[in-house]
Amino acid sequence: MKTLKNAYENIGLPRLIIGLFFIFLIVTSIALGFSPAALFSDVVRRWLMYGTLVLAMVPGIQSGIGLNFGISLGISAGLFGSVIAMEISFLQNWNETLGAGAAWLTLLLALLFGIVMAAALGTLYGLLLNRVKGSEMTVSTYVGFSVIAFMNIVWLSLAFKNGELSWPLQGQGLRNTASLSGSFGGLLSNPDVVQTTQPRWLHWLAFRVGEFTVPLGLILVFGFLCFIVWVFFRSKLGIAMSGAGENQLFTTSSGINVDRKRIQGTAISTVLGAVGIILYAQTYGFLQLYNAPLMMGFASVASILIGGASVRRAKISHVLIGTLLFQGILVTALPVVNEVIEIGTLPEVLRIIISNGIILYALTKTKGGNQ
Amino acid sequence: MSKTTTFLKKTGSFLFDNKVMIAFAAICVAAIILSGSPISFVMDGVFTRITRNTFTVLALIIPVLAGLGLNFGIVIGAIAAQIAVFWVVYWGFGGFNGMLLSALIATPLAVLFGYLVGRLFNRVKGAEMIAGLILGYFADGLYQLFFLVIIGGIIPVNNPKLIISGGVGVKNTIDLTGNLKYSIDAVRMVDIVTVLFYAVLAVTVIKVVLHLLKKYRLTRGDLIFFGAMAVLFAISYIPVVERFLSTDRLGLLNALIVVLVILAVMQLVKIVKAIWIDKEKPKTLVKPILMLLVFGAIYGLTYIPQIEQVLMFVKLPVLPFLLIAGLCWFNHRLLSTRLGQNMRTVGQSQSVAMASGINVDQTRVLAMVISTVLASWGQLIFLQNIGTFSTYGAHTQIAQFAIAALLVGGASVQKATNKQAIIGVILFHTLFIVAPQAGKELFNNAQIGEYFRVFVSYGVIALSLAMHAWKKFKKEEQPSSELPNPEESNLAPAAE
Repeated sequence: MKTLKNAYENIGLPRLIIGLFFIFLIVTSIALGFSPAALFSDVVRRWLMYGTLVLAMVPGIQSGIGLNFGISLGISAGLFGSVIAMEISFLQNWNETLGAGAAWLTLLLALLFGIVMAAALGTLYGLLLNRVKGSEMTVSTYVGFSVIAFMNIVWLSLAFKNGELSWPLQGQGLRNTASLSGSFGGLLSNPDVVQTTQPRWLHWLAFRVGEFTVPLGLILVFGFLCFIVWVFFRSKLGIAMSGAGENQLFTTSSGINVDRKRIQGTAISTVLGAVGIILYAQTYGFLQLYNAPLMMGFASVASILIGGASVRRAKISHVLIGTLLFQGILVTALPVVNEVIEIGTLPEVLRIIISNGIILYALTKTKGGNQ
Repeated sequence: MSKTTTFLKKTGSFLFDNKVMIAFAAICVAAIILSGSPISFVMDGVFTRITRNTFTVLALIIPVLAGLGLNFGIVIGAIAAQIAVFWVVYWGFGGFNGMLLSALIATPLAVLFGYLVGRLFNRVKGAEMIAGLILGYFADGLYQLFFLVIIGGIIPVNNPKLIISGGVGVKNTIDLTGNLKYSIDAVRMVDIVTVLFYAVLAVTVIKVVLHLLKKYRLTRGDLIFFGAMAVLFAISYIPVVERFLSTDRLGLLNALIVVLVILAVMQLVKIVKAIWIDKEKPKTLVKPILMLLVFGAIYGLTYIPQIEQVLMFVKLPVLPFLLIAGLCWFNHRLLSTRLGQNMRTVGQSQSVAMASGINVDQTRVLAMVISTVLASWGQLIFLQNIGTFSTYGAHTQIAQFAIAALLVGGASVQKATNKQAIIGVILFHTLFIVAPQAGKELFNNAQIGEYFRVFVSYGVIALSLAMHAWKKFKKEEQPSSELPNPEESNLAPAAE
């Protein structure tokens, strides 16, 4: 009885409800005759697609800035890096000169640009957050919104030559969704892309076992990122950072510069956001510009909270569990809903209710989360 | 601290407080010039938007006063109004009666919602704004669930005009033409005067009865007020006046003249009172006489052809403006009541309020209830003026735009006034109207102007939240280095 109660307390009510709901959806969809392999492939794909963006929450929470709604900053940096990399690739005509390597080089370049920009922006953003201690979440939400609105103007003013990016017959402005099929789309996760464009020795990156798709490349990359973050929070620097988030007074008295640790945490979070959106676009196959990333910060925050994190503590396991549950529900709900009632937007409504409900719940649990 | 430094500080903070407004006014003027739109077009658009949006912006003031910050939860008031409007349209009511019914349904809903929001905000003290924002999204989700699934799915409805062809869920837009459109705007002035007269009559009769029962002392002011109303009512029967009053729209020129006359009469009364009743020194007369001259000058300006043309072009619906004026008066009057004072105390310091015996949580809930109800009425005014009810979109941006407008007017998280709200609405919506055209002229792309105005509305909120948080953080930092201040240490985060 006691162990049961302990287990219940460990899991927590929201996670229990959402977990049971997920299982219910899986059982229902299989009962309705959907192929389990296709369903699970989809769940895994979405899990990995959003994973890094959710992972970006961990350094923010651990360093004490709370739920980083301002991840849009990192997302914008990542998108900007991708766009620049694609334009350079087009201007240098890499597809003809480099062949199969073009996509890889574009991806690496996008990551490079994204990470450098995100590190710079994240540092500035950390400086801002140090001046608004106690209200980080409110400020970061609106900083995130402002950045997306500002980037809208940027996307609209860029005049690029690459036809996949810019509108045809217009000198100015990028598309709302730019296809990545000519560049790094699906390079790590889509068997069709990998098997047709890449040399034989790279075919292990993504393959099919029966109906089940194994995006091994993406699994490795995501696993590697999780591992790095995990190791980081066991290093001296990481422990100091967690200390800064946990107990400012104690950490200050032991000679650690709390403000600096917070800036580093914010910068790392922003960089992971940039990497996250590039991996997201890579898996999705499209680059979503303009207002598409506006609410991505909310989805990431909700995911890690569903995983069991609080506004003060977060672990890698929270990332993995939370993303699986949240994305899993969204993936499995669609076919089930479509079968029962024909309302296509219901999963979207479900997403809004679940994600915002869990954030509200977390806020009330921590006395406002700011203190 | 010497006198000069405090003076400098004061002027500094005055400029600082109005910096946002001044900067924004400059942007607006630049955008108007760039866009090259005719002034009459801009003025017409701005006044339309004042009619639509001011009420909602004014609904934000009370929570600011009570220390709840900018109320992102007004979305929920708007949702209450929209639920009411849907059912009223579904039942086939229309006109002013339909609007009254909508208000009758929306108000209790908004009271309930406001109560729940207030309870929630008491659990997240210090994070009301972020909680309000998230709550708005959450409520939007529930609203969508209700309108998409429950209406038609669980509650049986049968109306092909409103319901999606499958029979479940409400359509994207509901046309209010022929039922609720202009149901407030189109109320004739003569009806307003009549209703006002009977209302004042009823109140006066009650007062007289109470006076006879020795429960209330009738003052001279009561009788003068009633007399004035009676005269106004009588005047409305003069054929010329009646013809003038039997329209629902008032030309801006006429409205300006009416306002100027009223203000001038008020100043004249002041002068008469100063000379014959209070027998004050002539020095006190300088200000009223100056004001009279200013009014005269403004009236003179209306004879300049360009200005006259603009003023003749713009027509104002009367009742919405009276409602807005009424809400301004309410916000103003509330401050001098006990409740208003309590709210102010709670807003300044919860621990001080608690110590002086104020029920802090209850006061905060009450502030939220009032704000939510006002927001729902504001949404009713908005919907009837705009004429098409976008089922899933009408409420989503309301908090965003209302708050941005209030902040543009120079308000902050802790201080907001009627004046700031009105100036804010004018400036913010001027930019909204001219930005696309300005973007087109400047960048050859109207979309850039549209994105620019969205950026401005987010940016102004981000900036003002950051400045507020910065100030708060500095305030909390200071006492910890000196002697602990009992009041402050209660508010500061407990360092475990």
